[in-house]
Formats: sequence, C-alpha cells, structure tokens
Amino acid sequence: MRISRRILAGLATASLAVTATSCGGGGTSGSFDDTVTVGILHSLSGTMAISESTLVDTEKMAIEEINAAGGVTVGGKSYKIEYIVEDGASDWPTFAEKSKKLIDQDGVPVVFGGWTSASRKAMLPVYESKDAFLYYPIQYEAQECSNNIFYTGATPNQQSEPATDFMYKRSPAAGGDFFLVGSDYVFPRTSNTITKAQVKQLGGKVVGEDYLPLGNTEVAPIISKIKKALPEGGIIINTLNGDQNVAFFKQIQDAGITPSSGYYVMNYSIAEEEISTIGPEFLEGHYGAWNYMMSIDTPASKKFAASFKKRWGADRVVADPQESAYNMVYLWKQAVEDAGTFDDNAVREALVGQKFDAPQGPVEVMPNHHLSQTVRIGEINAEGGFTILEETGVVLPQAWNQKHPSSKGFACDWTDPSKGEKYKL
Amino acid sequence: MELLLDSLFNGVAIGSVLLVAALGLAIVFGLMGVINLAHGELMMLGAYTTYVTQLIFKLPILRPFYDSYIIVSIFLAFIVSGVVGILLEKTIIRKLYGSPLETLLATWGVSLILQQFVRSVPLAYGTGLVISLLIGLFLPTSFPSKIKESINFKYFKFSSWIFAALTGVLTGSIISSSVSKLSRASARNVDVTAPSWMRGQVEIIGTAFPKTRLMIIVITLISVIAITVFLNQSAWGMRIRAVTQNRQMSDCLGISTEKVDIITFGIGSGLAGVAGVAVSLLGSVGPNVGGNYIVGCFMVVVLGGVGNLLGTVLASFGIGIMTDLIGAGRLLSIWPDMPLPLSNTINFFATTSMARVMIFALIVIFLQFKPTGLFPQKGRMVEN
Repeated sequence: MRISRRILAGLATASLAVTATSCGGGGTSGSFDDTVTVGILHSLSGTMAISESTLVDTEKMAIEEINAAGGVTVGGKSYKIEYIVEDGASDWPTFAEKSKKLIDQDGVPVVFGGWTSASRKAMLPVYESKDAFLYYPIQYEAQECSNNIFYTGATPNQQSEPATDFMYKRSPAAGGDFFLVGSDYVFPRTSNTITKAQVKQLGGKVVGEDYLPLGNTEVAPIISKIKKALPEGGIIINTLNGDQNVAFFKQIQDAGITPSSGYYVMNYSIAEEEISTIGPEFLEGHYGAWNYMMSIDTPASKKFAASFKKRWGADRVVADPQESAYNMVYLWKQAVEDAGTFDDNAVREALVGQKFDAPQGPVEVMPNHHLSQTVRIGEINAEGGFTILEETGVVLPQAWNQKHPSSKGFACDWTDPSKGEKYKL
Repeated sequence: MELLLDSLFNGVAIGSVLLVAALGLAIVFGLMGVINLAHGELMMLGAYTTYVTQLIFKLPILRPFYDSYIIVSIFLAFIVSGVVGILLEKTIIRKLYGSPLETLLATWGVSLILQQFVRSVPLAYGTGLVISLLIGLFLPTSFPSKIKESINFKYFKFSSWIFAALTGVLTGSIISSSVSKLSRASARNVDVTAPSWMRGQVEIIGTAFPKTRLMIIVITLISVIAITVFLNQSAWGMRIRAVTQNRQMSDCLGISTEKVDIITFGIGSGLAGVAGVAVSLLGSVGPNVGGNYIVGCFMVVVLGGVGNLLGTVLASFGIGIMTDLIGAGRLLSIWPDMPLPLSNTINFFATTSMARVMIFALIVIFLQFKPTGLFPQKGRMVEN
C-alpha cells in the first residue's frame, strides 16, 4: 500500500513536470476544428502559491475533461480549449499587469483567476476598462458587484450567516456568547461586521473581537482575552488566514480552550486542505461552513474527488475553492455554447441563468453574477474531513449584504440596465 | 495575585520567544556588527530540522524514542543552522566585513535563496546536502596535523568532499525512500506536533500554564546560560570578546580572527536554529516562518543595546510584558475605575494590531532619548 502510494505520488510529480514544461498544453485525443485559448491567473510563487496552485490544478483538470468530451462547440464547430497559465506571484499589482497581458497580448476571451480579495480589487479596474471578463472562484466578503467579474464562491449570506445561526441555535454552545477572531484584512473585518449585526438580531452577545496582523503568530494576548471574556466556554468565530490558524489552534489547545471544555470554534477559512496541514488532532470537534465538502455523499461529488485524485495523486484532497474553480470552467463552456460565440458581451448575457449540476449539487448563475449555492455545516472529524451536520436548501447570493449597515436594502442586477451595480430594493 | 502571575507568565512567554530568536542575532549583529537579514531563514532551517527529525523518529526503528525527538532536534537544529551559517560566512560574509550595506543586500539575497530552496528541493535531499556540508567542512579539520601540513593536503581535502557528497546523496535517497513525506518538494507549510508529554497544561499555584510555553522558556533559559558561560568562561569566548573589542590588537597578539569569525557566526546561526525549534512548537513551519520574526529580533537587539546580552534579555522580556499588558487590555483589570478618556484610549490599543503600533511607537520614543539602547557598550570602539 505504502509503495503504491509512493509510485502514484511520483507519477503525479512527473505528470506535473510534464504539464509545467509544455505550457499551454492540456489537450487529449480527438479531432477539433479549431482551438480557443483561455487565461489562468493564480499565484504560483510566494505566500499564496500553496493555496492557489490547487486551483490551477483543478482548472486544468476541468479543461482536460471538457476537451476529452469533445471541447466547446460554437456555431457547429468544435473548439479545443488551450490555456496560458500566468503567475500572479502573490503580488497584487502583478495580477493587474498579467491580466493586461492576457487580454491585450494573448487575446484570451476569459480569465480564470485570483484568490485574495486584494488581488481581485487590483484586477477589477483592468477588466472594467477593457470590458473583459474575469471568473473569480473564492468565497469572499461580497460588497462588490462588477459587470466584468463573475463570482462563483460564496457570499457571506451563503456561508457565515447560516453558520452563525447554527452556532447560536443548534450547536452544543447554543445561546452562548461570541468571540470573533480574524486576520487583519478586509475579509475578516467585513465578515465580522455582518456577524455582529446578526448576533444582535438573534439576541446574542459578542463579548470581544481581535485581529491578528498578517504574518504574526503570537496569539497569547488573544488567548488571555478569550479566557477573560468567555470564562465558561462559548462560541468563537474564526476568520484567520491559512498559517495563522496553525498557531491559533496549537496554542488554544494548550491553553485548554477545547470543545471538551465548552469552547466551539466555527471556521470560515478552513477546508480539507487546511485541516491536513494544521492536523485534525487540533481541530477535531470544531466546525466549518462551506458549500462543498469532500464528504458529500453524492455521485457527482465522489466523481469530482476521484478524478482529481486520479489526475494529481492519491494523497490530494478537494475542497470548496477547488469546486468553485471547477464549476466556473464548466459554466463558461455552457454559456459560450449557448451564446454561439466567444464574444464577451454575448457570453455575459448567456451566462445569467446557466444551471450546472456541480459536485455540491445544482447551482445557477443569478443576475448579480453570483451563484445560488447550498450551504453545509460540518463538524471536523479525526480523519481530517467534515461530518456534515446540516444542509440548507439553495441559498440565493447577496452581493450587497442585507445585515451590513452600509449595504442594507441594496441589490445588484446586471440583466436590467436600469438597476445595475447597486440599486435600492 | 493570580492576575499578576498570569500576566507575568504571559509576558515572559512572549518575551522568551523573542529572546530565543534574537539571541543569535545579538551575537552576530551585536558582537560582529554583521546585519544578517538571513537570520530568519536560519531559524526557518531549524524549524524544518524539527519537522524532519519528527518524521524520522516515526520510523519503526526509532519509534520507541519518539517522545524524545524534540530534545534531539534542538541539537540537530543547532548543527544544521550552524553549518549553513558557517558556509554563509566562508563564502559571502567574510568578503564583506566593514561594508554593512553590501552585507545587508547579500544576506537578503541569501534569505530569498534559502526560502526558495525549501520550496523547491525535497527535504530528504536538503537533509543530504546539509550532511555533505557537515562532513565536507569538518572532516578535513579533523585530520592529524601531519597530513594537514603535507603538500598533498588539497587532495585529502578534495577526496573528503567527494566522500561527503556521496554520503549526502546516499542519506538523501535513504530518507527519501523511507519517509514518503520528505521525498517530494512542496511549498506547503508543514506541521510539527509536540510529543504528548509536552501538550496540555500544568498547574502551578492554582494557575494553569501551557506546557509548550514552559518548554520554550526552558530552552531560552538554557541557551542564555550556555552562551553567557561560553562567552565569559571559555578560552574561545574570551577570544571572541577580544576580537569584538579590538580586532587588530587581537590579531597582533596571535588570535586567529578568521577562526573567531567563523565560530562566532556559527554559534549565532546555530542559536537561530534553536529558535526555529521553539517557533515550530507555536505555529506552522513554512518558508516564510523566519521572516515573521526578523523585525522583532532587530527591535530587541537595538533596544537592548548592541553588543550586550543582558540588554537583549531585558529588552525582550520588556517587550513581551508590554505586549501582554497593552494587547490583552490588562491595565483595565488592574485599575478598573480609571477615568473614561484614559480607559477608552487603552481599549483602543487593546487589540493585537494596535498593541504592535503602540509598542513600536514606545520603542521609537525610547530610542530618541537613549539612541544606543538600554545598555550601550562602554568605552571607545575601535571602528570609531
């Protein structure tokens, strides 16, 4: 067993090397009438490379799957999808620069890219000024609605709101006080503003919040505060970034802040990938909220996980961001086929209303360029996965959050010219 | 009382992480005057050494001794970072003594190289490389002096490097084939799990303390004591102090300044490795782990007064206690009915981000009044 895993891992590295050298490849057998080149823009170096490279892998896999099934058919002609991978280098201006290159120089009809909100904010003006189209696959803080971006990740009402509701009403710490912890940047702060408003509505109490500067791993003062604010246990909402979670969970466990002593942490940035890095022994019994979890027991979900493992190695896992990345490639293909052209404006129109049977279940593109999705609450188990506790029905996306004081009562609709980016409901 | 104890402990805990990280720098920067921006990356190597040691101790042969891997890794980390530091000194820093700006740029470059190295080289082969360096650097020096003085010594040196390279490749491939996690390069952060006896907490006088924090305090204490004893009691320590005070005079009196430089830099780097072990117990281990500490390290050394270990110790505990007092808003619980404007100000700074701002500001103000730090070096420096 161990040997075969190692061989598989070796094969995966070898195949990775092959695709890396044959940049712009990714095709399989079959005869096509023509080719179309799309852009993939994620960080392949720097701090974000760890997370973003998994999206590149997923997008390549989706493209290969589409090609294997005959490519994209436009106007009776079959097109093979080829891709150009650019490295955003975890540097936000680079994302903008590479976007310009992909649009102007390579003339790609679509770019799949981004992870951090900062990179998206840097790219947004480029796509708007050139009227090009970016597909962005990450769960984010919303409060944005661009005609030139298509968001396939969750908005706060598709992740944090159902999660807060669960924690306050049905978790073992139900009715307890809240403490909010996050990294110091836009997503945690916006997300926590929404959570605070929601907790107030529910009749609960937020007894403290603190933000760790990015890169800082000294959580001792936060632990003292949690112990002071929640002496008998309670609910902790965690929006820390990747690495900082390791420091946080190691140290709170040592300080006795564990589920067995009444502290339950709800996480918005910890997926299967992060659980395996942090170690399930630190996370067991805490919660997570996502649209997709690897443990979803449906044929579509199992097939997605299995093909990813087959393509990239048996020890790899799939998580929510990857599922979003996978969906967006397919949704683009469907929209292009419906529009009958690669032209941006026609594709944009055809995109709204597209339905796709995603690994998480059915999703549909809404007029605000976000997806309707299913929300799941899971408890982290010893095997490093989620035990799914709850599943909502399909939740519609709110680009402008209805609990955030600055956007209450606003919505976005790009199908109606009189409404657009932000109109009053 | 309990509050005070808790606060003091937290302060000491935060301070000892700073201290153990800054100790090596205090020697390299403080005693030698070398601005080593790769110090953080030497820490990172120490942290990765802990990770590799942990995985090797999970092999069936070493499994019974698993609980002691952390102790072993302290020594290994010292050696690994020390050896890399010595290589760094021999190849780059030696050529740049007396030109701080160039040293700064060169070591920054080294730090980038080391970061990319751990990202793109499988750790098993990285281990092999360190082993070859270790053998290659030290095998020739261990030959009897008769061989060393002979004309053919360069052949001996050459062949020992070949031997070293072969051993390195061999260990690299053995490790890579027996520990699958180390056989592939990955930019992913990895995780060190403390052995079970180090997890959880102990109760002292009614207050619970996390064991890993206590362990870090112990590591720090031992390092400080060991380095103080070494510098003040041993012959090499005396030579190091002599060279730092007056290089030319020491040279004239027959001290091999070259050797002193290597030893000083090696020890400083080795201590960075030990700091890496401590840091790996707190958070995750990744290519950027050292970079997060480097600013704090320089802050401690400058605040403490360059070239003074006692200053470094006091500065780090000072910063630690201040971080806890401000960041956790403890002043409010010590003095609950302070006037409203004051308590609002304190509340405003009682977040981790703002506490950092406050501490930086306090240090800047302090350095305005005492630009040479807490304990400036007395007397004239030869460079001036």
